[in-house]
Amino acid sequence: MTELSAHLPQFQHGQLTENFPDNHLSNTNDNSERRRHDNSERRRNDNPESETNGQPQNNLQQVVDQDDEEDEELTLKYGAKHVIMLFVPVTLCMVVVVATIKSVSFYTRKDGQLIYTPFTEETETVGQRALNSILNAAIMISVIIVMTILLVVLYKYRCYKVIHGWLIISSLLLLFFFSFIYLGEVFKTYNVAMDYITLALMIWNFGVVGMICIHWKGPLRLQQAYLIMISALMALVFIKYLPEWTAWLILAVISVYDLVAVLCPKGPLRMLVETAQERNETLFPALIYSSTMVWLVNMAEEDPEAQRKASKNSTYDKQGSQPQSDTAEADDGGFSQEWQQQRDSRIGPIESTPESRAAVQALPSNSQTSEDPEERGVKLGLGDFIFYSVLVGKASATASGDWNTTLACFVAILIGLCLTLLLLAIFKKALPALPISITFGLVFYFATDNLVQPFMDQLAFHQFYI
Amino acid sequence: MGAAMFFGCAGVAFGPALALVLLTVAAEPLRVIILVAGAFFWLVSLLLASLIWFVSVRLSDREDARLQFGLLVFGAAVSVLLQELFRFAYFKLLKKADEGLAMVSEDGRSPISLKQMAYVSGLSFGIISGVFSVINILADSMGPGVVGIHGDSPYYFLTSAFLTMALVFLHTFWGVIFFDACEKRRYWCLGLVVASHLVTSGLTFLNPWYEASLVPIYIIVVCMGAWAFFTAGGSIHNVLKCLSCKREEDSHVMMYSALRVPLED
Repeated sequence: MTELSAHLPQFQHGQLTENFPDNHLSNTNDNSERRRHDNSERRRNDNPESETNGQPQNNLQQVVDQDDEEDEELTLKYGAKHVIMLFVPVTLCMVVVVATIKSVSFYTRKDGQLIYTPFTEETETVGQRALNSILNAAIMISVIIVMTILLVVLYKYRCYKVIHGWLIISSLLLLFFFSFIYLGEVFKTYNVAMDYITLALMIWNFGVVGMICIHWKGPLRLQQAYLIMISALMALVFIKYLPEWTAWLILAVISVYDLVAVLCPKGPLRMLVETAQERNETLFPALIYSSTMVWLVNMAEEDPEAQRKASKNSTYDKQGSQPQSDTAEADDGGFSQEWQQQRDSRIGPIESTPESRAAVQALPSNSQTSEDPEERGVKLGLGDFIFYSVLVGKASATASGDWNTTLACFVAILIGLCLTLLLLAIFKKALPALPISITFGLVFYFATDNLVQPFMDQLAFHQFYI
Repeated sequence: MGAAMFFGCAGVAFGPALALVLLTVAAEPLRVIILVAGAFFWLVSLLLASLIWFVSVRLSDREDARLQFGLLVFGAAVSVLLQELFRFAYFKLLKKADEGLAMVSEDGRSPISLKQMAYVSGLSFGIISGVFSVINILADSMGPGVVGIHGDSPYYFLTSAFLTMALVFLHTFWGVIFFDACEKRRYWCLGLVVASHLVTSGLTFLNPWYEASLVPIYIIVVCMGAWAFFTAGGSIHNVLKCLSCKREEDSHVMMYSALRVPLED
C-alpha cells in the first residue's frame, strides 16, 4: 500500500546531519554553491565508510558530470545498503510485535471486533464463516478506499489544516491511549505494581516526545524509533480485533488494492504523488519511515537535474486512510508556523520570494546535482510496516507450526522487500511495497502451517535431521 | 528444565553460527542479503519436500506404522536431494548476480567474491536448517517438564543442540565445497557432498543411539571442515603463519631519493 523511493531531494537545511560541518543558512543566492561545497565535504567525510571498493574519491568534476548511467550504477551499488536500512526497522517492528504476542495474552484474547468488521466468525457452518469474512473484508477495504479518496480530495483542494488536524488526532490517540493500554497489559502480564502518578508521568513524556519527534523535529533515530513503535501498536490492534479469516482476506485484498492504487494512472495514491510532485512538496513526511533525515524544501527547484530527481521522489502513505493511523505533516510543504518562526529567529527573516527564486533559477546549472549516494535514503510507508507486522504477528499467534511458521513468514517478507527494492532500483518510480511481500508471506504461512509443520513435527519426534 | 536448559542448548546450537554472522556477515549489506536469500531458497526446498511427503502420506494407509516410518525416511531423503538441488540453483543465481555486480561496479570487479558468496550461502543454509530443526524444541525446553519420562533419552535437548551445531558447520562447509566444485566442474566433488549429506541425515536415524550417530557425524564435520579449508585456499603454511603471529617484514624499502610528496587528494 505504500511506496518506496530511492531518491530524496538534496537540500538539508535546518535539520541536522551527523557529519555536516556547518548548518546555518547563508544567503539564499549562495545556496547552490553551499550545497555543492557541503556535498563535497560530506563526501570527504563519508569516504572512510563509503562502499566504494577502495576507489579514490571521485573528484568534484566527475561527480558534477554525472549522467544517467552513472546514476544508475550508484543506485545499484548502494542498493544493498538501502535494503539493509529497511531490513533493520522492519525486523525490529516484527520482533516487537511477535514478542508482545508471545508474552502478553491480551492481544490474543478475543474481546470483540471493530465496527469495520461487524460480521462474526463464530458461525455454525464453514460456508457461513467464509461469507462473513468476505463481507468483513469488503467493508474494511471500502472504508480504506473511501478514506484514501477523501485524503486525496482534501490534498488536492489544499485543505491542509484538515489533514493536519486529522493526523494529529490519530497520532495523539496512538501515542497516548494505545500505549497506555499496552503498558497496562504488560504490567499485568509481569505482575508489576505501578501507581498512577508514575504511569501518568511516563505516558505523558512518551507521548509528548513522540508528538514532537514525529510532527516536528527530532533526532533521526528517535523519530525512527517512534515510527516503529506506533506501527507496532497499530499492528497489535489489528491482530487483536480482526478475526482470523477476515485478517488473511484483508491482507490479500489490500495488497491487490495497493498494486492498483499505486500503479494505475487514475489510482488515488498515484494522483496523490503526482499532485505533490506538481506542487514540489514532500508528502506527509511523518507518515513515512525515512532512513535518512527528512529534508525540508526551502525553495523551489532551480535546476533541472535536481528537479528530475525531486520528481522521482515519491513517498506517501495511504495509511492516512485509517482512522487511528498515524501521523503526518502535510500542509505548507512541511513548514509549520513554528518552524518558520524558529528559522527566522536563528538566521533572520529570509523568505524565498519569487524574485529570489527566479534569480536562483537563472544560476548556472553546474550547481551540485549529484547527491552523495550514501545520503540518498529510502522511504517506506508506515502502512507497510503495519501490514507486515500483522502478517507475522498473526502467524505467531494462530499458527500450529508456531515458530517455524513465524520464521518462514519473516524470511518471506524480507525477500519480498528485497525484490521490491530491486524493482525500485530498476524502475525508479514509486512502487507498492505490499504485494510481493504479502504474497510471499501468505504463501509461506499457509504452506508452512499445513505442509511443513507436520513433516518437521514427525522428524523432531524421531529426532531425525534433514 | 527452564531458562538454564534453554540458554545452554541455544548457546550450543547457535553460538558458533551467531559468532560467524556477527563477525563476518553483519557488517556487509551484500552478505546479509545473500544470507536472507539463501534462507529463502532453503525454505522453498523444504516446502517442496514437505509437499511430496504430505501427498505420499495422504495417499497411503495411515494405520500402518511401518509404512509411515518408511515414508518419513523417504521424505527425509527427498528433502536432502531437494536441498542440494536448490543449493545448485542458488549457485547459478549468485553466479549471475556476481557478473551483474562486476558489470555495474566502477573497476569491473564485483565487491564480493564467489568464495565469499559460497561461504555465506552455506552459512545461511546451515542457520535456517538448524533453526527449523530445533527452535520448537528450544521453545519447549523453557517450560516445565521432565525429559524422557516415558523411557526416552534424558539427553534429548542437549543432543539436539549438538546435532544442530554440527549441521550448521556441515552446511557451511558443504556450501564452500559445492560452489567450488560447480565452478571447477568437478562433479565427483558434488556427488561426494550430496552423498555425505545423505549419510549425515541417515546417521540421525540411529538416534537415540547417540554414540553411533553423534560421533560419526562429528567426524564427518571435521573431515568436511578440513576439505573446505583446503578448497577455500588454506594450507598448513597459512595456519602456521597465522599461529606464529609473526609480523611480516616489510619488503618495500624506499630509497630516500625515491620518496615523493603524496598526491593531493
